[in-house]
Amino acid sequence: MIRSSLEWLGNTSWSTALLESYYVWPLIESTHVVFLALFVGTALMMDLRLVGLAFRGVPASSFVDRLLPWTRIGFAIMVATGLLLFYSSPLRYYHNLFFRVKCLMLLVAGLNIWLFHARIHRSISVWDDVWTPPRAARVAGLVSILMWSGVVVSGRLIAYNWFDCDIQPQPAWVNWVAQCAGENVAR
Amino acid sequence: MPPDDWIGFFEWCEATALGSAVRNSVYAFPLIEAVHLVALCVMGGALIMVDLRLLGLGMKDQKPGDLATLARPWVVGALGVMLSSGVLLFLSEAIKCFYNTSFWVKMVTLPIAVTFTFLVRDPRVMKRTLSPMQARILGSASLLLWFVVAAAGRWIGYS
Repeated sequence: MIRSSLEWLGNTSWSTALLESYYVWPLIESTHVVFLALFVGTALMMDLRLVGLAFRGVPASSFVDRLLPWTRIGFAIMVATGLLLFYSSPLRYYHNLFFRVKCLMLLVAGLNIWLFHARIHRSISVWDDVWTPPRAARVAGLVSILMWSGVVVSGRLIAYNWFDCDIQPQPAWVNWVAQCAGENVAR
Repeated sequence: MPPDDWIGFFEWCEATALGSAVRNSVYAFPLIEAVHLVALCVMGGALIMVDLRLLGLGMKDQKPGDLATLARPWVVGALGVMLSSGVLLFLSEAIKCFYNTSFWVKMVTLPIAVTFTFLVRDPRVMKRTLSPMQARILGSASLLLWFVVAAAGRWIGYS
């Protein structure tokens, strides 16, 4: 079901044109990479403050209220360019081990953000000026640092076909995680 | 493009033990690239939050000079990681880089960006009275310079 939809998506003419384009694909990819600095970069600065490693004397709320809007702009650009890159070769990414690891980490990072804003952030006025925020806030910052770094690393490694389904034999766990079908998976 | 006789130096770089080690490993280059990118995030974030502030955006409750002082160790640390990982990547494919226009764009803009960041866009400079216009020039010059460095760096892989 998912496979056949993605196969259909990858066979649309725009998807093929995007994948084969000489400049458009690299330009989208480069935008995706350069805007890492805005999105992950500003997110990491806030995380470092939450963990208590940097920006002593700057209230935590200053990051949430003033810097986070810029993180969100960066996120929107990452999502837009990322979806376009996925659209250029949906089936290949769907079965790519690193893509799956990246999605999993994105999910954990997302849950962590939700938890932070729904629970931890509510009491920010109490610990706004405290150099070391409460344990829950520090854990949220650390999880964020680990997940976004992991997303960057696994995202970069998607480009390498070490574990792709059409390169066999692979260890059984790789084929299981990537859901490689019995036949070689077409790009 | 550089003078032709510089190629000897690039051939020497590519033949170094470090260059060969990275080139002959399946995993080294991609993993060093990944480290290079994570450091890009740290350095980019530490630069951008101060540059935005210089432009009158972002963390307006803080003074630019104070923010820049606190961000500086992260810029320096991440730049150190970027330079060392970058040198390793370069050594593994120095001859390819010699013929690569994006590489030369990066090699010209990178020293300019580094010099500008440490001599001009310095926390001590920001702590002196800057007119709003001077602050805006400082912030946009920094964003522009580092953008070109980053974009040219990514483009080395395509050309």
